[in-house]
Amino acid sequence: MSEVLEVENLSVSFRQDGAQTQAVRGVSFTVERGETVALVGESGSGKSVTALSTVSLLPDSAEVTGSVKYAGQEMVGAPAARLRKVRGNEISFVFQEPMTSLNPLHTLEKQIGESLALHQGLVGAPARARIIELLERVGIADAERRIKAYPHQLSGGQRQRVMIAMALANNPDLLVADEPTTALDVTIQAQILELLAKLKREEGMSLLFITHDLGIVRRIADRVCVMQGGEIVEQGPTETIFRAPAHAYTRKLLAAEPAGRPEPVARAADEVVSTDALRVWFPIQRGFLRRTVGHVKAVNAASLTVHAGETLGVVGESGSGKTTLAMAMMRLLASQGPIIFEGRNIQGLGTRELRGLRRHMQIVFQDPFGSLSPRMTAEQIIAEGLGVHGVAKGQNPRQLVAQMMAEVGLDPAMMPRYPHEFSGGQRQRIAIARAMILRPRLLVLDEPTSALDMTVQVQIVDLLRALQRRYGLAYLFISHDLRVVRALAHKVMVMKDGDVVEAGAAEEIFDAPRTDYTRGLMAAAFDMKAVGAA
Amino acid sequence: MEQTVPASSRAEVPDPADAAPPPLPPRGRFGIRLSPLNRRRWRNFTRNRRAFWSLIVFGVLFGLSLFAELLANDKPLLIQYQGEYYTPIINFYPETAFGGDFQTEAVYRDPVVRCLVRTGGAELCLFEPETALQEAEASGTVEGEPIEPGWMIWPPIPYSYNTINNIDGAAPSPPDANHWLGTDDTARDVVARVTYGFRLSVAFAIVVTVLTSLIGIAAGAVQGFFGGLIDLFFQRVIELWGATPQLYIIIIVAAMFQMNFWLLVFLMTLFGWTALVGVVRAEFLRARNFEYVRAARALGVSNAKIMFRHVLPNAMVATLTMLPFIVTGTIGSLAALDFLGFGLPSSAPSLGELTLQAKQNLQAPWLGFTAFFAFAIMLSLLVFIFEGVRDAFDPRKTFQ
Repeated sequence: MSEVLEVENLSVSFRQDGAQTQAVRGVSFTVERGETVALVGESGSGKSVTALSTVSLLPDSAEVTGSVKYAGQEMVGAPAARLRKVRGNEISFVFQEPMTSLNPLHTLEKQIGESLALHQGLVGAPARARIIELLERVGIADAERRIKAYPHQLSGGQRQRVMIAMALANNPDLLVADEPTTALDVTIQAQILELLAKLKREEGMSLLFITHDLGIVRRIADRVCVMQGGEIVEQGPTETIFRAPAHAYTRKLLAAEPAGRPEPVARAADEVVSTDALRVWFPIQRGFLRRTVGHVKAVNAASLTVHAGETLGVVGESGSGKTTLAMAMMRLLASQGPIIFEGRNIQGLGTRELRGLRRHMQIVFQDPFGSLSPRMTAEQIIAEGLGVHGVAKGQNPRQLVAQMMAEVGLDPAMMPRYPHEFSGGQRQRIAIARAMILRPRLLVLDEPTSALDMTVQVQIVDLLRALQRRYGLAYLFISHDLRVVRALAHKVMVMKDGDVVEAGAAEEIFDAPRTDYTRGLMAAAFDMKAVGAA
Repeated sequence: MEQTVPASSRAEVPDPADAAPPPLPPRGRFGIRLSPLNRRRWRNFTRNRRAFWSLIVFGVLFGLSLFAELLANDKPLLIQYQGEYYTPIINFYPETAFGGDFQTEAVYRDPVVRCLVRTGGAELCLFEPETALQEAEASGTVEGEPIEPGWMIWPPIPYSYNTINNIDGAAPSPPDANHWLGTDDTARDVVARVTYGFRLSVAFAIVVTVLTSLIGIAAGAVQGFFGGLIDLFFQRVIELWGATPQLYIIIIVAAMFQMNFWLLVFLMTLFGWTALVGVVRAEFLRARNFEYVRAARALGVSNAKIMFRHVLPNAMVATLTMLPFIVTGTIGSLAALDFLGFGLPSSAPSLGELTLQAKQNLQAPWLGFTAFFAFAIMLSLLVFIFEGVRDAFDPRKTFQ
């Protein structure tokens, strides 16, 4: 086999305001024809920078040394004309975010046609035929009609398929896929992975796959390069790495899977919250008089009960109404149907009455970057609830904040820092501390681990479990990640398009799912296999 | 990544009982405890040398002009008369207090009053002050009688903005040793008028800017934060308000009332408050759906507090970017109104009125040059300062 891509001793550093940051240090690896190589590592390990530097797509502030050879030609310092010929033609890219990598003002025909016209000079009817062919290859149904569609008319998975079609347009030798499935639901992720594997087989391309998810690597890659802090700490065939990881970091990554099971709940635990056929319908209003012509049924008749010390996992794909349900239960969104919190119906309570109850029900959001005010210190953020609900006599708020920080595993000395000075995991700890300082009885966790690296996810899951044990907290845990749910939840509720498809004890649902939808979700999450047309 | 976290991962939750908060940061230079963010902003500001020095120069100039009464006045700072001390700037003294004839306030620049003070109230001063003064200087006696000598301390510029001076020749008179920048067409000292005019302009701009900002930010915040019908309604109100011809209203009011400082402040604020509404409203519309706002709501924080603590600080950068335009625009408006004659009465020390005089007296270029440099220096300093302030608040520089 011949080498398509040879990277030797590649180093990349960024210069900003006189400071030099080393992103990649002396990385060497090769990609052979028809081979899939995976670059694995956590955020900030230099995976994406390595991939982008193969065709010099880095900003001007980057300094690249070392050698990148594509088919024997040196790419580092190559003239712009040659790079342009290679880019999108011989080496193609698929990026992470399908929302922003397509131009919202262009139809699919125009987006794909651009690259065809540029590299192959294909225009008019032949280009059109080729575009339809490409769309069919990536599994877009009814491609003839879809060709006139705009990106916003497609779902996330379809958009990613279009991105792949664009990348395939010029029959590249090497496809670089930078976290192509991270923003997608598990079932869609499984489909895209299958598509990539199939296309690779049929076209005989090489694939450089960048991901943080070892499950994907195991399924798709022939060889793995594990990156940490800008260096490749270990590389080798997938089998070997998974069977006998040599480097400590690889072992840590492999071990980083939310493990363990939730603590059993006491039999006589009090009921903390329950709903009966809760629904959230958004009216669709039309015409001059804004008559209600129909409803978007975001949540349809959701009934649930959570006891003290118990975790209810709510799972489902994006758009299934999980977050809307959480917001409605926190009374942050208007809804219909009773919400019984500690024996009292809080549906219809006024803002003032609710304010007193808020200290007992708290929420932690998904995005640890967006949920902390950038202009407040960690101390101010955590102490905010104390300001609203007051502090018991003889207690010093600063002391309470320090204790809370220690409890969630943060050094109290970091109190005067601002959110941007913390890592993602630390920010999520701050968000948990902000909610926990009021000693709530119900904590709603809206995808608290989704934006975090695997090893950090494990830490947060452990922290949540420890807090639950200590304070007998009731959790409403919302996630699309079934592995995390399995590690935390006593009960599971599966949602689809606003409906509760299945609900019951966690073991029952994980061991013997009753509906096809749940089975598809499980297969996609645990085996990365697409089942049926999920 | 997580190396700063002690005892994380699989361990038990650490016992928090012995956790102690870190000591508070030490107080700064002026006993003010700045947050780290503000300290960083101040450092960014001082790093911009031009802005920093502009602030110092402007601060000194404005600080001095605040004491204009002590710098340029037609009354002495201190008088010793017959062994007693008098402070004419603060207190009213009739001429009779110094042995004169009139019950009215003493005219201190009048030779008679000067003579009376110098000689301790000699009779001869009332009739022949020049002779009396000469004798007092030469021999220390008046008409052979011994006197009790007194003295006056004058401000560096012994004229006020409305002092009409006795000058040789026609007004406006060119600069000379007595009047460093000459006099204007009613023989008033130009240096004194510029000193008071600078203070008036800056004070006017500050008062109007503070008032319009307060109203504008509050209105924008309410509209953006609550949105919906409130927003829709007030946006239309602002559109109608913005269509009102501001200049005509001011002309009409000027015709009906005697214009004064506070009436003009009121009129400028009445039409100026809409300037910031758009920017602040946009920032609030954007921020009200941010997750940290939602998190605050889940904590039970009241709307007012969310607006003030969470959203407003993030709207500040956009507001600060607009502020220099409001300040300089206000100074310009005041000058324009004075120039057109619809502003403050012509006795007021106005730079706009000086500009008008310069136009009417092209043969007296010192008027035009003075007006030009006064405006140019004042506006440049302000623009430099605000440039530095805006850069200091730039999130890309603050959050590094």
